[in-house]
Amino acid sequence: MPKEKKLCLSGKGLTKVFGLGRQKTVAVDHVDFDFYEGEIVSIVGESGSGKTTLAKMLLGLISTTEGEIYFQGAKRDISSQRKKQEYWKDIQAIFQDPFSSYNIFNKIDAVLLDCINMRGGRNLPYAKKVEMMTEACGFVNLKFEELTNKYPFELSGGQMQRLMIARIFLLKPKILLADEPTSMIDACSRATILDYLIQLRDEIGMTLIFITHDIGLAYYVSDSVYIMEHGKIVERGTADEVILHPKETYTQRLINDVPKIYEEWDLSTVTFSNK
Amino acid sequence: MKHTLQQVFRSGKFQLGFVIFTTIILTVIIYPMIITDPPLSIIGQGTFFPPGIYVSTYDAVNSPTTYTLNLRDAAAKRIANRLSKEDRLAMQEWLLADGVPASEIDINDTGKLLALWETKYDPKAKVEGMTFARQRYFQRVNASIQGIMSTEGFTLGVKNPESGVLEETGTINQSDFVNINQVPNVRFLVLGTDNFGRDVLTELISATRVSLMIGFIAGLIATLIGLTLGLLAGYIGGLVDDIIMFVTNLFTVIPSFVLLILISFSIGQEQRGAVTVAIVIGFTSWVWTARAVRAQVVSLRNRDHVNLSKLSGHSIVHIILTDILPYIASYVVMALILQISSGILAEASLSILGLGPKTTEVPTLGLMMNWAMIYQAHVQGSWWAYFPVLLTIALITFSMNLMNTGLDQVFNPALRD
Amino acid sequence: MGKVILEVRELTTKYITRFREDVYAVDHVSLKVEEGKSLGIAGESGCGKSTLALSLMGYYFPPLHYMSGDIIIDGKNISGMKPDDIRKSVLGTEIAYIPQAAMNALNPTQKVINFIEDVIRAHDNTASNKYIYEMARVSFEKLGLPADVLQKYPVELSGGMKQRTVIAISAILSPKVLIADEPSSALDVTSQKMVIKMLRNLMEDGIIKSMIFITHELPLLYNVTDDIMVMYAGQIVEKGSAKETVFDPLHPYAKGLMGSIIVPEEGLRNVKLTAIPGVPPNLKKPPSGCRFAERCKFVMPQCRAISVGIREVENGREYRCIIPEDQLREAYKNA
Repeated sequence: MPKEKKLCLSGKGLTKVFGLGRQKTVAVDHVDFDFYEGEIVSIVGESGSGKTTLAKMLLGLISTTEGEIYFQGAKRDISSQRKKQEYWKDIQAIFQDPFSSYNIFNKIDAVLLDCINMRGGRNLPYAKKVEMMTEACGFVNLKFEELTNKYPFELSGGQMQRLMIARIFLLKPKILLADEPTSMIDACSRATILDYLIQLRDEIGMTLIFITHDIGLAYYVSDSVYIMEHGKIVERGTADEVILHPKETYTQRLINDVPKIYEEWDLSTVTFSNK
Repeated sequence: MKHTLQQVFRSGKFQLGFVIFTTIILTVIIYPMIITDPPLSIIGQGTFFPPGIYVSTYDAVNSPTTYTLNLRDAAAKRIANRLSKEDRLAMQEWLLADGVPASEIDINDTGKLLALWETKYDPKAKVEGMTFARQRYFQRVNASIQGIMSTEGFTLGVKNPESGVLEETGTINQSDFVNINQVPNVRFLVLGTDNFGRDVLTELISATRVSLMIGFIAGLIATLIGLTLGLLAGYIGGLVDDIIMFVTNLFTVIPSFVLLILISFSIGQEQRGAVTVAIVIGFTSWVWTARAVRAQVVSLRNRDHVNLSKLSGHSIVHIILTDILPYIASYVVMALILQISSGILAEASLSILGLGPKTTEVPTLGLMMNWAMIYQAHVQGSWWAYFPVLLTIALITFSMNLMNTGLDQVFNPALRD
Repeated sequence: MGKVILEVRELTTKYITRFREDVYAVDHVSLKVEEGKSLGIAGESGCGKSTLALSLMGYYFPPLHYMSGDIIIDGKNISGMKPDDIRKSVLGTEIAYIPQAAMNALNPTQKVINFIEDVIRAHDNTASNKYIYEMARVSFEKLGLPADVLQKYPVELSGGMKQRTVIAISAILSPKVLIADEPSSALDVTSQKMVIKMLRNLMEDGIIKSMIFITHELPLLYNVTDDIMVMYAGQIVEKGSAKETVFDPLHPYAKGLMGSIIVPEEGLRNVKLTAIPGVPPNLKKPPSGCRFAERCKFVMPQCRAISVGIREVENGREYRCIIPEDQLREAYKNA
């Protein structure tokens, strides 16, 4: 971690409300956060905690109802399509389900070429583009020669997620938001994906934000952890503080209920709540 | 793509539908190349000639060569054909009165009946209780039977243009034949003629072509409008969605057929060509396509690959064209097929009511039904004037629906077995 | 050694695909579950663990087909029985199966009590509504579910409640074996713990005699079952007590799987996770030798040549590898 922490992305009172009147639901409720450059952050929450809504707001895919997002010290401005495109050069995402993340009608070459074009490489000679794509695939241990003219769905889930990382390698964003990047792939491939993500962070010095429900994963990868419940952030701090010495009752319950290997997983205290 | 096409053609339903539809299309294209008559030319004087081969009597008589064929059953056939039902019943009546048991008389067996008549009938015999007039009637019946059974031919006579005297030019014997190939004028009316004396088959094929065209134009217009509105409403959402869905819902609650009747009526008989009718049908039947496309787009809009495309900086047009449209293409093709077949049905329904294209230019399937109905073909038993039309409409819509179901089975994973 | 409740010998089942290809998803699987014991099945997606669960019921419907082997429940061989007989006299009373995502498959127009009536009437169609209600009420209350759940529709229940209701319905006829396929994977951790507690109670109260628990979450499996069986490409590759399998795996695949466990516990933050490169073999054309050979670090030429059998070691442990156990442990220590 860099010695001097520089703020990369932060939010003040971020709120998202869906619907109107009686059907109003507050998905994200006055959330504050500070993500530093080069840091790995996890936003942990169970389903319905609003973590995916928060992620979409960070990405600028949905509008915010209230509150401000600051990017590199300045207020984020994504009021026009052009400004959005500029913003998206700096923030990218990897989604949960690799099978639905790709347009099934586009070949792998098209996916990667898109990234080169976006980084202003539209006019590079084709040979140079191939070289860049080969390098990106090589980074995640895929062979570009074998992938040309193939469709993403011909790959396994783990390979597709690695291709996603190759895509990020080409885009070199300042922030990468990974929304449950390993929950749909097998345990044996999970380590590989996490390794590549961390390596990529080291290589291009980006901020890595994990959105996850898996406390074990959050503890394993992150420097700092945010715990979300019903749209609010209930606890934040370094991974060790939050996971090993939680202060809030919600966090304590959450961590207590996760099955463990070395510590005993106590079933005798379980009471059936019949909500 | 290639794989999908292979899968489509592996579906039995699609294959059957495709074969029927291709046969119809090929017939519509090839037939006019062989029979070049205008479809609406009136060839028959009179209404509803039954299907069959029509041989010019004049040409047959004047055939340069005649052949003599002594066929064993020629006489029997001739007599059987000419002995009317009325005569047969009269013969039966006399024979019964003469005391022949009913079980021995079979009026359908011409040979036996005539043999019985030969042996039993005596013009002088007095049957008890029979009036004189009735006796004379049976004598006339007998005379006509004798005439039928005569073996003499006809004498041909031609008026001498100068003297006006009938001159004998030749005779036609009962065993004379002409070869139909040597008769210059023979017309095979496969489906007879209609109320105006037009060849039904030629008319039907021309009508099928026009109806298919109406269906295609109507289907394309409906699908295009529905697709555009559905895509815009579904993808852009918000106010645009509200406005488009408001209009769509308005059209949904107005029965489109009533709207179709009102528009067709207000255009007026003279302005209604086939294309006009097609456009009117297209503009009134896009509603369900729009709703269905919108629903599909709404579910696609939040998919990760669309989000990823946005993050890659693509414009809305690019996203709609590459990330949304291909995903719903199969659905749209299926909707188009259904729209075409319902367009054809809508034209037929309109024309039956007399609101179809104007009747003088081109035939359509609906117009043919309309004509057959007005001239009461169904009452007269002239099945050839309406039944083939019904069959054609049924076959077109059936084949299209089959293809649609076949496509559905390939594109919809839930229906795959 | 307790009484054996479920014994499976060399069970083989296959799927026939649309293109008439055979996929042997369960290949010569043998296992035993004793009274009062639970067996966990682990493995990555597509390894055949869910198919094994389905096959254990003895109730086959296309595309799944029975090939060979025996399933013996409490001394009664159910393989080869007619589907109708299985449905009447085996399902529900001898063996009960909770499929994956069962809680989302409940008919939304029926009340919970209607599902129970269906289950009981399938075995005893003379039972009165009142009798069924009483019976359901008693057994629900015993399992910590309030009786008013019976009169509710599935949509009125939360995810955790729905899953517990499904389990209670499955256990209503006291089956000897309960097979639960990923019963808690869609739930939050707190509801998950309740579901597990409930399954544990079912065993302790003797309502069910044994349980087979299928999940891909190893920490959960470790805490729930007595024994763990690891499947790979349709075959059993490792079987042993939960503790031995997790802390001292023998098969290289099991070793890799256990090395990828992530739990939020002190000291595990910087542990290097093991990764297994490659993908499982295509079960339409499984390799003739060891099915893991392509991904194995210790692969030798003979691995690919001969079909590798199960090797039995002490404490009833089994694993499928040609390398002896001490050599494997040695290799793991040096790695």
